[in-house]
Amino acid sequence: MRRRGLLARAGLLAGLAFLWLPVLLLAAYAFSADRIPFQWGGFSLRWFAALGADDRLVEAALLSLRVALGAASLAVLLGGAIGWVLARQGPFRGRALFGALSGAPLVLPDVVMGLALLLFFVLLQRLTGWPAERGALTILLAHATIGAAYVAVLAQARLAVLAPELEEAARDLGAPPLTAFLTVTLPLMAPSLVAGWLLAFTLSLDDVVVASFVSGPAGTTLPMQVFSMLRLGLTPEINALAVVILGMALAVLGVGLAVWKMRK
Amino acid sequence: MPLLSLRGLTRRFGSTLALDGLDLDVAAGEFLTLLGGSGSGKSTLLRVIAGFEAADSGALLFEGRDLAGVPPHLRPLNMMFQSYALFPHLSVAGNVAYGLKRDGVPRAERDRRVAEALAMVGLSGFEGRAPQRLSGGQKQRVALARALVKRPRLLLLDEPLGALDANLRERTGFELRALQRETGAAFIMVTHDQNEALALADRVAVLEQGRLVQLGPPREVYDRPATRFVAAFLGAANVLEGEADGQGGFACPALGATLRPTQLPPGTAALALRPERIFVRAAGGPETVGGVVEDIAFRGDDSLLLVRAAGGALLRVSHAEEDGPPPPRGAALRLGWEAASLVPLSR
Repeated sequence: MRRRGLLARAGLLAGLAFLWLPVLLLAAYAFSADRIPFQWGGFSLRWFAALGADDRLVEAALLSLRVALGAASLAVLLGGAIGWVLARQGPFRGRALFGALSGAPLVLPDVVMGLALLLFFVLLQRLTGWPAERGALTILLAHATIGAAYVAVLAQARLAVLAPELEEAARDLGAPPLTAFLTVTLPLMAPSLVAGWLLAFTLSLDDVVVASFVSGPAGTTLPMQVFSMLRLGLTPEINALAVVILGMALAVLGVGLAVWKMRK
Repeated sequence: MPLLSLRGLTRRFGSTLALDGLDLDVAAGEFLTLLGGSGSGKSTLLRVIAGFEAADSGALLFEGRDLAGVPPHLRPLNMMFQSYALFPHLSVAGNVAYGLKRDGVPRAERDRRVAEALAMVGLSGFEGRAPQRLSGGQKQRVALARALVKRPRLLLLDEPLGALDANLRERTGFELRALQRETGAAFIMVTHDQNEALALADRVAVLEQGRLVQLGPPREVYDRPATRFVAAFLGAANVLEGEADGQGGFACPALGATLRPTQLPPGTAALALRPERIFVRAAGGPETVGGVVEDIAFRGDDSLLLVRAAGGALLRVSHAEEDGPPPPRGAALRLGWEAASLVPLSR
């Protein structure tokens, strides 16, 4: 028994190291004074300063945040509705097809999604004149499309474990359908919608492939900017950026955990 | 005028009839149980009354007003769900207050009535508790309080005791009836448990395949089952097949005897005989047949004997404990009964 305990612990440590060692290395070198990202040159914060002074990076980061906020919010609206229809509206003609199609972005490669969305936006512009140019808006719409698929899966799974009688009980107690939805269904769906929002937000912040396809000269998101910087040569500025993002992600995770614990 | 009238209520699911031309009147303040097996249509009937299912044809009248097309939230009745359907995101008090909020009852009165309803079901002091942290019996009470707090004239209960332990069930049953008397509301309770139906109801309605096969006070339904189904479903009576001989006798080949029931409408093809109405070792008389004990099951206050009659029928016979030890397996004995215990069945 004791040996198994030791083995399990060693396995856990190895797994954690595998996950986190590269990240920790990257974070450590962000504080190195040396120009070469993998050479230690003494402790320094100069790359954080350089990061703050790099207008293009900061602008790209702000654009990424704006797009991610918008895309995640739109994805929750769309995906929540899809999940609700799939879980609650019973069988209807084409339900299986609808379910499969709404989940397609989960399995389609990003390259295919990106190309498809680009063609769609180009055609739409030719036919209606809208969207006038590709950029932040088209990236936002593309990310919302993909995010909605994830939100739909989460919302549907959540509703599947909630008894439909809950809504019926609300209606029996005098709530019209909309009130029953707002006072019972929606609060119960909320955890899945929050999780879906976070997922969509992260996916949007992460994405470089789809964004590259549907963006124009006006829209360069943070991952796109980082990629283009890679081509010019890596500087520890990128390490510093990674540390900032890591810090933000951990903060969000911490807040999420705290909220979750409080609700328990 | 009855509180609720069902007139030829029919509901079809695909090719099966869940409700088949149901006629039923429910009086104000009455405790009615709908008794039936699974697929008898009893739950569908409750959902049609509550408004969650629409009837394909027939009428549903509440105090003479047709409820067709009235959505559930505007119907003057409440329902208690089998799963209780307590809102997990609201406290006990929040659950009970939900219906009052929808009606726009002012805060002060709402709080008072919530406290009143919780006191009625013995849950004062549980206001702030989350439903997940209640026992099964407590959840049942919260569901009951939530349904009764709006003071409905009619309460629908879908297997309200189904999820409770056996010992809690009896006590809760008595409490249900006390609450029903106290509130004066009519209760329509769906159950598949015959003991529950008989113990609680003013009247029992037995459903079979969407049809109402018998309606009456519990004792009448038990003593005088109308059909083979009712006889077998309630109290597991012996059903004796045979035919009337036209001279007041009923030839029953399975018993190897001709019986002489007090009532025998022409064309009767089956009689019901309750296990507890059969006497063991009764001497002589016309209503006597011989048999052999095939098996015995001890049930506490009595023993159930399976007796193979001379003609081949297997009879369920109840042998009361106060009559001494039951005959052993393989014993030959004679069975007898009063002529009035033989109940002619129409179907």
